[in-house]
Amino acid sequence: MSATVPHPETARVAAVEIAGLTKRFGHTEALRSLTTNIYPGRLTGLVGPDGAGKTTLMRLMAGLLTPSSGTVRVLGFDTVRNAERISELAGYMPQRFGLYEDLSVMENLDLYAQLRGLESDALKEHFDRLLTFTRLGPFTARLAGRLSGGMKQKLGLACALISSPRLLLLDEPGVGVDPVSRQDLWRMVHAQTAEGVAVVWATAYLDEAERCDTVILLNEGQAEFAGPPGELTATLTQRSLSLSHPKQDRRVVLSRALNLASICDGVIQGSSVRVVLRQGAGRDEIDGLANEVGAEIVPVAPRFEDGFIDLLGGGPGGTSALAESMAPVTLRSDLAVECRELTRRFGDFVAADHVSFQVEKGEIFGLLGPNGAGKSTTFKMLCGLLKPTAGEALVAGLNLRTATSDAKSQLGYMAQKFSLYGLLSVQQNLEFSAGVYGLTGAAKRTRIAEMIEIFHLQGYLKTSPEDLPLGYKQRLALACAVMHQPPVLFLDEPTSGVDPITRREFWTHINGMVRKGVTVLVTTHFMDEAEYCDRVALMYQAKMIALDAPDALKGKAATGGREQPSMEEAFIHLIESVDAAYAAAPPRAVA
Amino acid sequence: MSVGARRSDLDLRRVLALSRKESLQIIRDPSVILIAFVLPIVMLFLFAYAVSLDIKQVPIGLVMESDGAEAQSLAAAFAATRYFAVTPARDRREVVGDLLGGRLRGIVVIPQDFEQRLASHVPQPLAQVVTDGTQPNTASFVAAYARGVLTGWQASRRSPRVGTLSLEPRFWFNPEIESRRFLVPGAIAVVMTIIGTLLTALVVAREWERGTMEAIMSTPATVAEIIVGKLLPYFALGLSATFFATLVAVTVFGVPLRGSWLTLIALSSAFLFPALGQGLLISTVAKNQFIAAQVAVFSGFLPAFLLSGFLFEIDSMPAPIRAFTYVVPARYFVSSLQTVFLAGDVWALLLPNAAALVAIGLVLFALVRAKSHKTLDG
Amino acid sequence: MNWRSPRLTAQIRKELLSVLRDPKARFVLIGPPVFQLLIFSFAATLDLTNVDIAVYNRDAGRWGYELVARLGAASFVHRLRQARSSDEIRGMIDRREVIAAIVIAESFSGEIGALRPAKVQVIFDGRRANGAQILLGYLNTIMGGLNAELSGQPGAIRESLAVRHWFNPNLIYRWFIVPSLGGILVMFVTLLVTSLSIARERELGTFDQLLVSPCTPTEIIVAKIVPALLIGTTLGLFMATAGIFGFRIPFTGSFPLLLASLLLFIVSIVGIGLMISSVCSTQQQAILGTFTVGVPAVLMSGFATPVENMPRVLQWLAQAIPLKHYLIILQGSFLKALPPSEIFAHAWPMAVIAVVTLSAATFFVRGKLQ
Repeated sequence: MSATVPHPETARVAAVEIAGLTKRFGHTEALRSLTTNIYPGRLTGLVGPDGAGKTTLMRLMAGLLTPSSGTVRVLGFDTVRNAERISELAGYMPQRFGLYEDLSVMENLDLYAQLRGLESDALKEHFDRLLTFTRLGPFTARLAGRLSGGMKQKLGLACALISSPRLLLLDEPGVGVDPVSRQDLWRMVHAQTAEGVAVVWATAYLDEAERCDTVILLNEGQAEFAGPPGELTATLTQRSLSLSHPKQDRRVVLSRALNLASICDGVIQGSSVRVVLRQGAGRDEIDGLANEVGAEIVPVAPRFEDGFIDLLGGGPGGTSALAESMAPVTLRSDLAVECRELTRRFGDFVAADHVSFQVEKGEIFGLLGPNGAGKSTTFKMLCGLLKPTAGEALVAGLNLRTATSDAKSQLGYMAQKFSLYGLLSVQQNLEFSAGVYGLTGAAKRTRIAEMIEIFHLQGYLKTSPEDLPLGYKQRLALACAVMHQPPVLFLDEPTSGVDPITRREFWTHINGMVRKGVTVLVTTHFMDEAEYCDRVALMYQAKMIALDAPDALKGKAATGGREQPSMEEAFIHLIESVDAAYAAAPPRAVA
Repeated sequence: MSVGARRSDLDLRRVLALSRKESLQIIRDPSVILIAFVLPIVMLFLFAYAVSLDIKQVPIGLVMESDGAEAQSLAAAFAATRYFAVTPARDRREVVGDLLGGRLRGIVVIPQDFEQRLASHVPQPLAQVVTDGTQPNTASFVAAYARGVLTGWQASRRSPRVGTLSLEPRFWFNPEIESRRFLVPGAIAVVMTIIGTLLTALVVAREWERGTMEAIMSTPATVAEIIVGKLLPYFALGLSATFFATLVAVTVFGVPLRGSWLTLIALSSAFLFPALGQGLLISTVAKNQFIAAQVAVFSGFLPAFLLSGFLFEIDSMPAPIRAFTYVVPARYFVSSLQTVFLAGDVWALLLPNAAALVAIGLVLFALVRAKSHKTLDG
Repeated sequence: MNWRSPRLTAQIRKELLSVLRDPKARFVLIGPPVFQLLIFSFAATLDLTNVDIAVYNRDAGRWGYELVARLGAASFVHRLRQARSSDEIRGMIDRREVIAAIVIAESFSGEIGALRPAKVQVIFDGRRANGAQILLGYLNTIMGGLNAELSGQPGAIRESLAVRHWFNPNLIYRWFIVPSLGGILVMFVTLLVTSLSIARERELGTFDQLLVSPCTPTEIIVAKIVPALLIGTTLGLFMATAGIFGFRIPFTGSFPLLLASLLLFIVSIVGIGLMISSVCSTQQQAILGTFTVGVPAVLMSGFATPVENMPRVLQWLAQAIPLKHYLIILQGSFLKALPPSEIFAHAWPMAVIAVVTLSAATFFVRGKLQ
């Protein structure tokens, strides 16, 4: 999608002027003398690693925090002295949805409309427009708590848009949103910028940042970069390279590439490996590696994410200490996970409809699909959290129905919502996980010590998980899930909302473990991550509509002018073709 | 406050919007309905039928060591009274075990030489009563009523030679001394404390836990509007619970309401003021539901139960505790409710009580106001 | 189930830490019950002291004066207020300034002089009928003294009934209230801790993590019993110790038997707490559920009034309340030297309650696993 061209008239006067802004919490400085402007009619992306100060800046602009020093002026009003004007001019969508889960969609909208003093007769039309826009029209009577993640975010955005604000502050609106809903979000936001609204979009997803008009990159409370994303990516010309179709295992290739001194970043893209050269580094090393593994090496267009990682000094190396600490996995069965005609009904509603697939030992298997497609239901049945209405689920050849406890000891599970004990410290959480999976004595102590070292948790042992930065929370959750060295690992949106560097670290660990024979099942809304998978199953409306390698799926979408579709485009294409088929011949009446 | 803040501090429409939201949440949570309407009925029922302080049919043992006609006559007097349910015995040893096991509350012994003692002029006791002292309340009732039976029996045997003095007691407002009449107002006060203090503390803590507070604070709603909008529904809930409980007490359990309904509602409103203030104050300190609940129980619920004069006479408590009861809102509310139910609209008593409630409420709200800011900094 | 399995010990540690790690939570768990014991053991008394009484003496003679003087000297009277009209009396009672008013008729001394029965009218405030009835007893004693003087036998009051209060000769109310509070507070704390435990895990999402692990339903329930058992036992023992050494209440029974009963009592309460917890999906519901169950349970336990005063149906219902049985054992162990047979008679109902409620809770967790 092309960037919206800022209107010259509106771009002249800044919507938000931030001057010498510092914010301290106790002894830590969340923001350090930040000075920057945000312009109307533009979409400004706010990016940065976890704990960079993104949310703090958002709250300062919304007038919810007072600066320790410096000023924030929104449309000419100071956020401290004219606080009540800010709340009228700005719409704010906090990171945790500010929705009342026990209120319906319409009741939430009504509440925020009335709080903003809108007349009810003028509202009808406005509401209709918002509901059409968000495609929430059919769900007005549904409780917000029963909506899928994507719908919740859209409703949150609709609530923030209700009073037609001049400044729209969105804190990570894309977390947990599937590509289809994400398209809706973008449409809504672009309609706002077209009307001259200044929109700030804080995000950890850099493909989102790339679509912004301007990006502010925060790191340790300071702006490392501010300007159009193209400006940053331009510095990377000829430094982004693709090693396509290597003869060796691409995970090994990536690991070796990342261990080269001249490489600062690398990811897997289907059957290829994509790397970024360090600034000023030569191509000799990587050319040599390409040669050795029999891969074709070609320069590719740089992405904003490359620039981000480069600016922050590169990602983690290619060796996973976690995987190194593991013994090769032995599994009784060649099939790590198998589901046969797995079906689950909730009353009249079919959440999973005859889902069958097999996951081989040592495979990374991705489960994708829009929110509410039945991924989580399927996942829960595979972990033994839900009992299937019909069909069988087997883990390591053990039936979850009969050999419950044995099957469960074979799997590790990292939940979407953090399932760490907030009332226990980090150390105590680790000890609990070790104990629950039967580790004792010296084995338990060494394993915990390893986890602390591998995931850099030393500084946080006495902290409550609730007070950890997001990235560390995820690290701890993964540490707890792999504590007992499970042969099969279930990861439910493991990197949701996590910054790209931590995400790299996660995938280094996952790749490393897979090489030791661990089988990984993962759900994700982050299409770049789907590229790491050996095979991807796409679910839609409770059914599995596609199952193939990422490159093969992309190939299916390569029609009508798109020669090299992205994973996201492939995803949307597959879903749209199902929709089209349904529209032509509805298979059954919708309950 | 800045120049720009001159705008009205309380926008009615916003308050109503917030109240509507809160009301919907109340209606959808069955636990709130349970505490506001079911618990009061259960308590009224128990106070009407189970927790009666009126002693009747107390099980006692009657040991007849004497066979004489006079002894038989006294035993008949014990058997006839409605206060006791008599288990006759020949020997103490037959009933001592039951006293120990709590199945009997006392033993009356008519001794072998009862007839001689009766005839004798030497002042000596005619009979003996042994009570189970582990429950002092019941024990003293047993002793007092046993003495009453004996005195009555003696009086019926002889005409008085000298004029005797006696008391002629009358209980105003409650001539039959039915305990439900003075316990019901206390039950209402306890339930209102749960709704006002415990529930308010919990729901504010919940908004912090779930992150909805942040979204509300980013709207133009002021702190005062957020507070008032939150309290109005609980205020209404508290009043409906009182109204409902009173209606049931009057129509089903036959408790008289001598004052006016209007006075009752006005007093309840005055009580909800400090009760809600206390709940809000707790929630500004405890943003976690477990701690909020424990603090609310300790500072609201138990004082309402034990220090309000509903079960125990405040006058008889040690001075420091007596002084403390002056800041317990339930103290004024229980006394007022008992008056409205049993005595009527005694303004000379009700007005000072209402003033005390409002004063405590004002102090609590001033504290809440001082502790709430419309930023997340605190 | 292996009792020394690392899975079980890890869960028990987790449960303990969830309740005890936060210093604030630790304080609200232990602090309030201790304060409550101190405050309420002094506040809750049925001895009447320090009351105000009004006197309207219309008698100009000697005996009216004598009665007023005796009332004024009585230890339970704080102030004796002189009233000069019936209206004044009505006002003082209406305003709750006095708990009772004594009206001495004009003819009082005259009747006594004529050796006719003389009556003194006492008007009590029926709103405070509880205290009023105790006061009536005190006033009767004063009248008895006056009677004795009239009959010419001052000092040798002919007491026709010898009263002996076993186990608590002076009927010290604290001997009753302190052990009882020990039972009630242990019940509330245990109930709250357990009812919150599953509800909290469900609300915060950690319950799924537990269900995914190889832990069995029995292990999950056992792990939830232990912390409540530990906290409840500690609290119960502390209360008992405070009663014996702090309040000097005689302890005549068997301590090991009391301890065993305490454990059984707590386990039965844990079962009820877990049942509340399993039907609640939020912590708020669990807290309110605790009250809806706890308050009526205390009222029906025989603490406020004897169980045998209740209607038959409620007496049967009271058998299902563990507190009812435990209070009998507790009070009996302190004052009555309750024999083992009596303890057993009240222990087995608690065991039945525990088995039923814990099975139901395990059944619920097993249901969640499928």
